[in-house]
Amino acid sequence: MAAITIRGLTKYFGQTLVLDRVDLDVAAQEVVCLIGASGSGKSTLLRCINRLVEPDHGAIALDGVPVDDPRFGRTGLQKRIAIVFQSYNLFPHMRVIDNITLAPRRVHGDSRRAAEERAREALALFGMQDFANAYPEQLSGGQQQRVAIVRALMTRPDVLLLDEVTAALDPELVGEVLRIIASLRDRGITMVIVTHEMGFARAVADRVCFLHGGRILEDGPPEALFSTPQHERTQAFLERIVESGRL
Amino acid sequence: MPDPETPPHAGARIGVAPPGATAMPRAPVPHGIRPMPEGPPPAPRRQSFDWRAALVPTLISAVSIVVVFGALGWLVTSAEQWPRIRLQFFNWDHMVASAPRVIKGFWTNLQVWLIVLACIAVWALVLAVIRSLRSPVFAPFRIMVVVYIDVFRGLPALLLVILFGFGIPALQIPGLPNSGLFWGGVAMVLSYSAYVCEIYRSGIEAVHEGQRAAARALGLSEWQTLIYCVLPQALRNVLPALMNIVVALQKDVALLSVIGVRDAVREAQIYTATTFNYSPLIVAAGLFLLATIPMARLADWVNRRDRERRLQITG
Repeated sequence: MAAITIRGLTKYFGQTLVLDRVDLDVAAQEVVCLIGASGSGKSTLLRCINRLVEPDHGAIALDGVPVDDPRFGRTGLQKRIAIVFQSYNLFPHMRVIDNITLAPRRVHGDSRRAAEERAREALALFGMQDFANAYPEQLSGGQQQRVAIVRALMTRPDVLLLDEVTAALDPELVGEVLRIIASLRDRGITMVIVTHEMGFARAVADRVCFLHGGRILEDGPPEALFSTPQHERTQAFLERIVESGRL
Repeated sequence: MPDPETPPHAGARIGVAPPGATAMPRAPVPHGIRPMPEGPPPAPRRQSFDWRAALVPTLISAVSIVVVFGALGWLVTSAEQWPRIRLQFFNWDHMVASAPRVIKGFWTNLQVWLIVLACIAVWALVLAVIRSLRSPVFAPFRIMVVVYIDVFRGLPALLLVILFGFGIPALQIPGLPNSGLFWGGVAMVLSYSAYVCEIYRSGIEAVHEGQRAAARALGLSEWQTLIYCVLPQALRNVLPALMNIVVALQKDVALLSVIGVRDAVREAQIYTATTFNYSPLIVAAGLFLLATIPMARLADWVNRRDRERRLQITG
């Protein structure tokens, strides 16, 4: 269980303002979806939470402790906040089982046997037990994604960040991801999800935030935000989504 | 706005025209399920090698080879100067007489090649790793590596071999080896490492940034990221380029002959100096080719395998 507090988060890439004084509270076990056009700052916001991107101003806290607090040590934050990337970023030179056990063994000091046993259990949970010895490039997109999720979950994180994980998937696999995310929420994991799939956001999110120009313009429960958007930019964005048939 | 009751991904909106779209006038098209006969047509028959069909082309190419090379051979050997050339370069007696010494010298080449190669592989990797470390603490070391590469890549290997192989033993510094072979080898390592370092580095930089991000997000330190994630992928990227260096080095070891190392070239030269016959050098040339051509084929094979892996046409 973990809550995230974001205050006044600002980030420039060179002279370009990517995040503009973003405030966001994510309660423990809450699932928050970030939506918005490309370049609206969704992914950057996500990457600031686990310090892949260092913000220029503002603060992020996990259960009230700033994420750059020395008490986290070098790996404490990564143990509690895991991320799944859009392109999964599995290590192509390692078998699935080695991809999954790399961090438990090298970072958290588990023995190979203990780590592999746990990895096989986790793979079985996602129906991937037969692929432990495969290389990532031998797997389909959906299978790679499940491996990436298992890899992220191996440290038993409290927070899971998902960066457009449905973007590269066949439509019929999106439903499967949906089930996985629902089961993770039942396990008490707090999630922040960047997505382009409005149907997906509507199904999993407790709250949806619409980003535009590095700001959260509007947020609310998915039904309300999708049916009665209040900000004109949100309306325009959803209008375009409806026209392209993606709601 | 859509009806909020509509469940997502229920397929409810499949084929629904976007608002405002008007249907184009079209001719009526029949709609129905297509009947399929049982079983697909058979797969194409496996091609077996047809000797009879291959016989005529093989014969033609054999005759063509004999005619063309025979004509070339006749042209060369019928030249007025040919007997002198043969005597100077292809004298069988001199070849046989010098062969044991040249082969012994070539054994030195191979030994030096292997030792120098191992040292280059390690030293260049150390340089490349230092150069790709991103922490500001390592700034002075990064600068040192950049200067090193500029200097040693800019100097002819021959100059370095002479400078080290003659110069350092002449200093008679106590505690340091005085062998010209040792210092010549050091010069080769220093010179080649500058090139190989750049090859390694290009491989390191070709590893996608997302891989580093994934490693960092898993909590790996910069050092662990390098060892477990970046370097294995980088080495795989540059293996074909490294094979080229391996072949090039095999023959460049002969540079050491100028500082008196008795390698194949030196031994041949010594023989030539007393007999004024150049056949031993042809023996040495043959030995070099015997060694480098299989290496070049191996490099080709590595290249092809790498290409197949990249294009994923394996299996």
